[in-house]
Amino acid sequence: MLIFTLRRLNLFFFTMLVLTLLTFSLSFFFPGEQIINVTGQIDATPEQIALIALDYNKHESLIMQYWSYLVHLFNGDLGVSMASRIPIMDEMMSHLPATIELTTVALIIAMVVGIPIGFIAAIRHRKKTDDIILAVSMVGYSIPIFWLALLAILIFSIQLAWLPSAGQISLVYEIEQVTGILFFDILLSDNPYKWQAFQNASVHILLPACVVALAPATVFVRLARTSMLTVLDSHYIKAAMAKGLTFQQLIFRHAIKNAMVNVIRDVGLQFANLVTLAMVTEVIFNWPGIGNWLIQSIYQRDYTAIQGGLLALSSFIFIVHIFTDFIYASLNPLARGIKYGS
Amino acid sequence: MTVTSASQYFKILVTLSAMFLGGCDSYKADSLSERSLIYCSEGSPEILNPQLVTSGVTVDATSKQLYNQLIAFDVATNEVTPSIAKSWHVTQDNKKITFYLRRNVAFHHTQYFMPTRHLNADDVLFSFNRILDPSQVFHDVSGGKYPFFDSVGFADVIESLEKINEYTIRFNLKRADSSFLANLATDFSVILSREYAELLIRSNRLEDIDTLPIGTGPYKFKEYRTGSYIRYEPHAEYWEGQPKLQQLIFDITPSNTGRLTKLLAGECDVIGYPIAHKKINNNPLLTLEDVTAFNIGYLGFNTAKPPFNNKLIRRAVAHAINKQAILDTVYFGDAKAESANSILPPSSWAYAEDTHDIEYSIEQAELLLTQAGITDGLTIDLWAMPVQRAYNPDAVTMAKLIQADLQKIGITVNIISYNWQEFLRRLALGEHQSVLLGWSADHPDPDNFFTPLLSCGSAETGNNRTFWCNQQFEKLLQGALKITDVEQRKALYREAQKIAAEELPLFPIAHSKRFQARKISVKGDILHPFGGISFGGVEKQ
Repeated sequence: MLIFTLRRLNLFFFTMLVLTLLTFSLSFFFPGEQIINVTGQIDATPEQIALIALDYNKHESLIMQYWSYLVHLFNGDLGVSMASRIPIMDEMMSHLPATIELTTVALIIAMVVGIPIGFIAAIRHRKKTDDIILAVSMVGYSIPIFWLALLAILIFSIQLAWLPSAGQISLVYEIEQVTGILFFDILLSDNPYKWQAFQNASVHILLPACVVALAPATVFVRLARTSMLTVLDSHYIKAAMAKGLTFQQLIFRHAIKNAMVNVIRDVGLQFANLVTLAMVTEVIFNWPGIGNWLIQSIYQRDYTAIQGGLLALSSFIFIVHIFTDFIYASLNPLARGIKYGS
Repeated sequence: MTVTSASQYFKILVTLSAMFLGGCDSYKADSLSERSLIYCSEGSPEILNPQLVTSGVTVDATSKQLYNQLIAFDVATNEVTPSIAKSWHVTQDNKKITFYLRRNVAFHHTQYFMPTRHLNADDVLFSFNRILDPSQVFHDVSGGKYPFFDSVGFADVIESLEKINEYTIRFNLKRADSSFLANLATDFSVILSREYAELLIRSNRLEDIDTLPIGTGPYKFKEYRTGSYIRYEPHAEYWEGQPKLQQLIFDITPSNTGRLTKLLAGECDVIGYPIAHKKINNNPLLTLEDVTAFNIGYLGFNTAKPPFNNKLIRRAVAHAINKQAILDTVYFGDAKAESANSILPPSSWAYAEDTHDIEYSIEQAELLLTQAGITDGLTIDLWAMPVQRAYNPDAVTMAKLIQADLQKIGITVNIISYNWQEFLRRLALGEHQSVLLGWSADHPDPDNFFTPLLSCGSAETGNNRTFWCNQQFEKLLQGALKITDVEQRKALYREAQKIAAEELPLFPIAHSKRFQARKISVKGDILHPFGGISFGGVEKQ
């Protein structure tokens, strides 16, 4: 386990090195002064710029400049947004929870829907149900997310007017931001309309979360199906069958548990995919998350936000990856032998 | 896992989905959203005090919600009616105007300010002195620019402001100004609280006067998040009676399809500048309304910078633009707008019928370009405003049409757009070469088109986006303000329109109607022919 940990830390270190080098060099490639791109101080007077330049070792070699950039990063200083003049770190802290909320709900939906369907397909292997499930999941996987999102809005918001099309919650409800995760904030707030707000937030998250969930759900369908098929084909199942267990006992007592182990491993892997999908979905559903914010920053040519957002988002995904790797490794000793991040 | 746990799993699934989907009717009918109104607006106000801006976004959001003016325009007749001033008196020579104020006008009571007295002459004095008196503490706060007042030459007209007694105030003018009362009735001439200002001086937070506003209007300010929303609460002691809504929210939705979707999905009660009129008319729960607005959408040339400091090139560009195509595409045909050939709409009494439209002619355009010495093409920047206004519902599409038109005469167009606040800031600095913009009149007087758009005074403040300053034109405008006789003024404005048509600092494109869509459950007047929208008398049923 120690060697496994060291390997992962090593991987983490070098990836972060490459990432920071990339964002650092981005500040040179963007139009305008590099020092302003890094700090976002577009309103600063020449004297202030001189002070900032000194702070960032602008007069020394590139390596020293990079080093002082890293020092600023470690202190949580990513500069201020050129558009809103708010520190990038604060902007991110207010937007990231919304993305986490959306992806978590989507992940839960994908698992709750995808895995049982996959199991059903495996149990009904080579029958019509299996074919239909496979075909539908293939279609689901192939649908471009932005198109699906627009289609969902068109059907459920515009035609049927069942579900709202934008935002996290109706603006009618005032919820103070404490944790950033809206559902927790609603429960923590002392708003007399708490339950109306909770319901409203649930209705708001349903459509975007389902859109984000579709592609991972189909992945889970296929993973669950393959894994269940392998399990059903194994000797201990045959042995159990020979012992005279009923089919239900067989599935619920032995097969599901063992098939789940293989599926869970990939849940972490799906997370990165989910965040990418969520970024597009956030823009369409006007979800106040990090993806929406990052894309707005690109529109506004907010270079500081682009660099900071890129770095933060990629390290976030990376940390989640390593984290799930650890969980899986601690659950399954066999996995510790694998050399590289899966 | 056992059989029971599997069935439990499904039970949880069913309960969860029931919780998500079915909840809407399980709570008391009297929900908060039924007593709140959400207006989906098209942009973020740059500041919450209309004295400091001319942008319609800010006026819509603040003027008639947070504030009152001394006098106002009657919705039906366009005549000046009492507001905070219950009556007024103008002397024979038009030089002394005395206002008698109401006595029961309360300021907003909020978390950041608790008024101890009602509005009186001191507040009126304070509000106008902020604009007029450069030595006043608040004069330079928030940029210290008063574009509307600068553009109409407010400071040049007023000799002095006099407090006669607690509830009487007199404006002494240097000369008669036929548009003065109309200027006081516009959305910009709002009354602030002097007591609040004194509190801000004591606590050294001067800027708060424009970001944490206190006024006397039907709604008081609660919260503003740039780019997201503005939240208002009703003002319980409003002098015309407390508004019936429990909350008023401006949901800032810059995309026009976004606003339409939100309206159809029931997330907005009212939306500004709707598209897809047919779709809205076909929906029995929605209604579309329009008002003939006094406005102009135009292509402005920055006459202070090459290449548009050359009149020939300005005219060449105008000849090359297919105005009819723009009207059909951007304004959805004739029902929504009429082609403009002067900056004044034809319904204005000062409109010159003999103004000739610049015909669409590629040959003319090419000829003019050759005369101007442009033979090997030209590259220009065209700035397209990022928000929808009645006078220009889709500037970016319009810019693309113009781009295609100008390609035919060898002019390459780069379309440039920023977010609205940045756009206005850079425009005022004159960074553009040409710009698609417009103007909605604040009051019915024709001067309100000429002076803010094309006068030398507003060229200095940057509000005249063409930076055009023509002495002869200027003289005509000044002359027309000194007299009150309509026929005489008309003659001068005709002359002025002729000069503008010849020099072409801006190319008029369209006069349009302003539209708004709402749920039928929303009752009350919101749209007005002039200036901003008003939610004062609105309720939901």
